[in-house]
Amino acid sequence: MSIANKKITQFLGIQSLVLCTVIVLAFIFMVLFDIFWKGVGVLSWDFIFNIPRKGMTEGGIYPALAGTVMVTIITAVFSIPVGVASAIYLNEYAKENMLTKALRASIRNLAGVPSIIYGLFGVALFVEALMLGSSVVSSGLTLGLMTLPYIITSTEEALRNVPHSHREGALALGATKWETIKSVVLPSAIPGITTGSILGLSRAAGETAPILFTGVTFYLRFPPDTLNSEFMALPYHLYILSTQHHAIEQVRPIAYGTALVLLILIILLNVIAFIIRKRYTKELVK
Amino acid sequence: MRGILTLLGYFTIVILVGILYLLLSNTLKAFVNIPFSSFFNFHWNPSAHGEASYGILQLLWSSVLVTVVAMVIAIPLGIGVAVFLSEVAPEKLRSIIKPIVEILAGVPSVTIGFIGIVLIGPFIAETFGLSNGFNALNGAVLLAFMSLPTIVSVSEDALRSVPKSFREASYALGANKWLTILKVILPAAGSGIIAACILGFGRAIGETMTVLMVTGNATAMPDSLFDPVRTLTATIAIELGEVPFDTPHYYALFVLGLLLFIISLLINFLSEWVASKFRYKI
Repeated sequence: MSIANKKITQFLGIQSLVLCTVIVLAFIFMVLFDIFWKGVGVLSWDFIFNIPRKGMTEGGIYPALAGTVMVTIITAVFSIPVGVASAIYLNEYAKENMLTKALRASIRNLAGVPSIIYGLFGVALFVEALMLGSSVVSSGLTLGLMTLPYIITSTEEALRNVPHSHREGALALGATKWETIKSVVLPSAIPGITTGSILGLSRAAGETAPILFTGVTFYLRFPPDTLNSEFMALPYHLYILSTQHHAIEQVRPIAYGTALVLLILIILLNVIAFIIRKRYTKELVK
Repeated sequence: MRGILTLLGYFTIVILVGILYLLLSNTLKAFVNIPFSSFFNFHWNPSAHGEASYGILQLLWSSVLVTVVAMVIAIPLGIGVAVFLSEVAPEKLRSIIKPIVEILAGVPSVTIGFIGIVLIGPFIAETFGLSNGFNALNGAVLLAFMSLPTIVSVSEDALRSVPKSFREASYALGANKWLTILKVILPAAGSGIIAACILGFGRAIGETMTVLMVTGNATAMPDSLFDPVRTLTATIAIELGEVPFDTPHYYALFVLGLLLFIISLLINFLSEWVASKFRYKI
């Protein structure tokens, strides 16, 4: 190849990489821009803190927002302690043997299981077998199972980043293994654990398939008052408004508003996680 | 304390085995009433008034069709972005673009489905002169963008783990940047990139809400990408809510679930096998 030809192929090659990146960024901005642009007009305190009225063609999304917050809290209460404990076991106690290998493989595989399968499992386990019925607690636990591998993986990474010398220092001072974990390892892993948990929960908050048959319902006038009540959720509300409603065109603005609130919620959680991670890595450098 | 931690540590195995047990036991219940062979035809109509039919092949074909087309779009785009981020973009630009691509991973699937309804669908309908945009192509386009973050981030990790000395050696031999990317870096990161694409495929074939919202969900064999399709995931989502408990139809949905579960396990093993087996074989 002549030098001129080489230069031309290099130019075309690099430009095609730039083109790929531009296409992907354009899609992302199109999604964000469209939802912000068409949703922001509907947004008001009234929209956020009022119940849907007139067959959901007017009013707000309060029960759906409150339902999503509640189900996500249940998810957190279940998945964070179990996930963190599981990660502590894996990183601090487990020996490298076949059983541990199987355990790690099962975590990786669970992370790849489609969310609708968690929905099926949730119906059979929580709704039917444990007789929790179609309820916010069934949905929260189903989402919790789905989030678990995510929390374990990120917690383990945070624990692995704590230098070995810290553990050895504590042990040399006479601390027991558990005391070392509790007062030396965990405190310095907390930012990493928090970041991972927030990201895991933000995924759970946006999921629809696992809650579809385990407790979500399309219309309620109030947020759930007990753990056994059915609930409304933002993602499911958006699904109903955009595909199942009898006057789809008429409720489109409300659908945009719902999509925007959901998106803001998710981005907010991601930004918080991002800030914690940034601050934490800065401290490490010091 | 150690005992409690160990117990919770093994909880995930219990879940995985539990899911498998549940899918298997309900699948066996389906086989009690429905002969095994009747799953191997093209008609899925379990709620028919006369003879119910349980053929899964058309559903499986729809899932594969939508996913493969999504990969045709996502793989070149994803690898392009990953190479751009790892080899071309200055560190500052990379630190801006990477979080933006990660936002895409966080956008809920219903939101992507909604975009398919309000933007992609009408665009496809207008471009190709169709009456509506609820078809396989719409689903494929959306799934492509949903699997992109996986493909980009896993490929980029593979690209960045190629030692710097490989690049230096290539430059020393007189290759320019593009030739180095093409002949040295891509082959060296090849196994990781293939693993990334397999994971992206898995992400796409298991996606439910997006395809449910935009592919039209007709249970007829599609002739082209402009026909509506109904995937495995969408079928479970549509029918599980309506089907009475403890009927052959109810258990038949678990057969679909088991099939999806097996596909997701296979994909996981395959991607790990590829990533570990072919590392740095140049």
